[in-house]
Amino acid sequence: MISSSPYMRVQRKTSELMLIVCCALVPGIIAQIWQFGYGVIIQLALAIVCAYFCEALIQILRRRNPFIYLKDNSALLTAMLLAVSIPPYSPWWLTIIGVSFSIIIVKQLYGGLGHNLFNPAMAGYVLLLISFPVLMTSWSPAAELLPNQLSITQAFDIIIYGFTQDGFSLRQVLSIDGFTLATPLDAFKTGLDQSLTSSEIIQQAMFDSWGPKGWNIVNLAFLLGGLGLILSKAIRWHIPVSFLLSLSTLTLLSQIIAPDQSVSLSIQLLSGATMLGAFFILTDPVSAATSNKGRLVYGALIGLLVFVIRTWGGYPDGVAFAVLLANICVPMIDYYIRDRVYGYQK
Amino acid sequence: MTNFAAIANNGLWKNNPGIVQLLGLCPLLAVTNSTVNAIGLGLATMVVLLASNITVSMIRTKVTKEIRIPVFVMVIAAFVTCIELLMNAYTYELYLNLGIFIPLIVTNCIIIGRAEAFAAKNTVKAAAFDGLMMGLGFGLVLLILGMVREVLGAGTLFASMDLLLGDWAKQLEIVVYQSDHKLLLAVLPPGAFLVMGFLIAAKNAIDKALESRSKPAVILEPINHNEQT
Repeated sequence: MISSSPYMRVQRKTSELMLIVCCALVPGIIAQIWQFGYGVIIQLALAIVCAYFCEALIQILRRRNPFIYLKDNSALLTAMLLAVSIPPYSPWWLTIIGVSFSIIIVKQLYGGLGHNLFNPAMAGYVLLLISFPVLMTSWSPAAELLPNQLSITQAFDIIIYGFTQDGFSLRQVLSIDGFTLATPLDAFKTGLDQSLTSSEIIQQAMFDSWGPKGWNIVNLAFLLGGLGLILSKAIRWHIPVSFLLSLSTLTLLSQIIAPDQSVSLSIQLLSGATMLGAFFILTDPVSAATSNKGRLVYGALIGLLVFVIRTWGGYPDGVAFAVLLANICVPMIDYYIRDRVYGYQK
Repeated sequence: MTNFAAIANNGLWKNNPGIVQLLGLCPLLAVTNSTVNAIGLGLATMVVLLASNITVSMIRTKVTKEIRIPVFVMVIAAFVTCIELLMNAYTYELYLNLGIFIPLIVTNCIIIGRAEAFAAKNTVKAAAFDGLMMGLGFGLVLLILGMVREVLGAGTLFASMDLLLGDWAKQLEIVVYQSDHKLLLAVLPPGAFLVMGFLIAAKNAIDKALESRSKPAVILEPINHNEQT
């Protein structure tokens, strides 16, 4: 216990809190289905079934009643976070491997909910990203760029068999007009490597005047859900605000220093997992810092790391790596930054 | 009299240098990304351990206490140099694969540890057997790690064994599964830590199961009241 008395508690059970967070994800998920196709639904279903199965398996192995632990909804949340993070048309086994790793190894082997050092969804994501870089970096283009979206049966065939019934692979179906399956952040990095300036890169079809097409809508939807979380007091404002502030400050600074090589603020904030991360992933109560000042430091640290990884790193999006690195720092943050003990002068 | 069964049990299971003493973790985790690398380093370590244990045991009465550590290190370094040159000559590609980890056998704590803790206090015969068993225990852990990681990360088993055994060994390769996408993490350093963790857990689980089985069953004898009254 790091914080001091009086322990003012919100009278909410863990399961209720988890459920609120899951509900707050819904606007983002709807936006993602709208922009990136029905694959998202299938991935969600796969991930949730797999997460509940793994959770029950471990509880049975530990000779506990699985139904009590399944009801805390934490497996549901982990599954949903991972399912919206991976590319919507990934093969089924990718989701299964990621979710099993998250639940069994990252969460349960460390002692279950409340004992995990790392954010389970992000550790699962990093496992997949390191192991299967090609699959994990090929996102489908946004709806606006595609002549016709895949139907739900086509999406199902692609995910389960790897081909549609007509025998086309994902790449053949989606890159008709020569669109690559790169994410906007990826495209930006490739563009810079080809010594284009940032104003030339955002002339590409995948960028709008306000951020990357499709991604900006999804990110705004996650922002909406996140604001709902803060208003319903499910999370505190400290982590998202300090994260977004530090990321924005660094982006603006880099634009002053090197305007031709740096990502604009709208792209930085509205692409990749920025908003999902800010409100849903960083705020995981188990693996984040526990005091309010600590939370500010934690958020700012992740903002810095995301900026560094996106700018100089080998992987296009850095939220998952940044979160895991900051998770490691949490014990130190909690050790040095504590709230003043009630009734004592500093 | 020395108890050879106890020495063997110590080296292979109870005090296994790899999964119980956790010594030599750096080479253990670094080179076990394929079976052939694992066997190569395992054999090299075993030979050095055997030779250094014998030598240290032979000179144990001549070396004074004050200078024993430098002497042991020189003995070990000499054998490592021999192994390095031999591997350079006969298994050149494997030598390149293992790279810095062959010269680093000198600093492997298992070897100086056994020299100090066992060979310097025991007869040549016992020391030799201890070196062999400790080396074998370490080698087996390397082998299991190497096999698991190779199957997970590359989908093959015993690939490129010809680097160690000559051309005939090319047939040994077994393709376990074929895919464009393999679990790359298993052959990278994090995979080593994960598989190692599971190995240690398995060892502890087996020990626990054995312990609960060998515990004498408590027999509740009915108290004979008649005798007392």
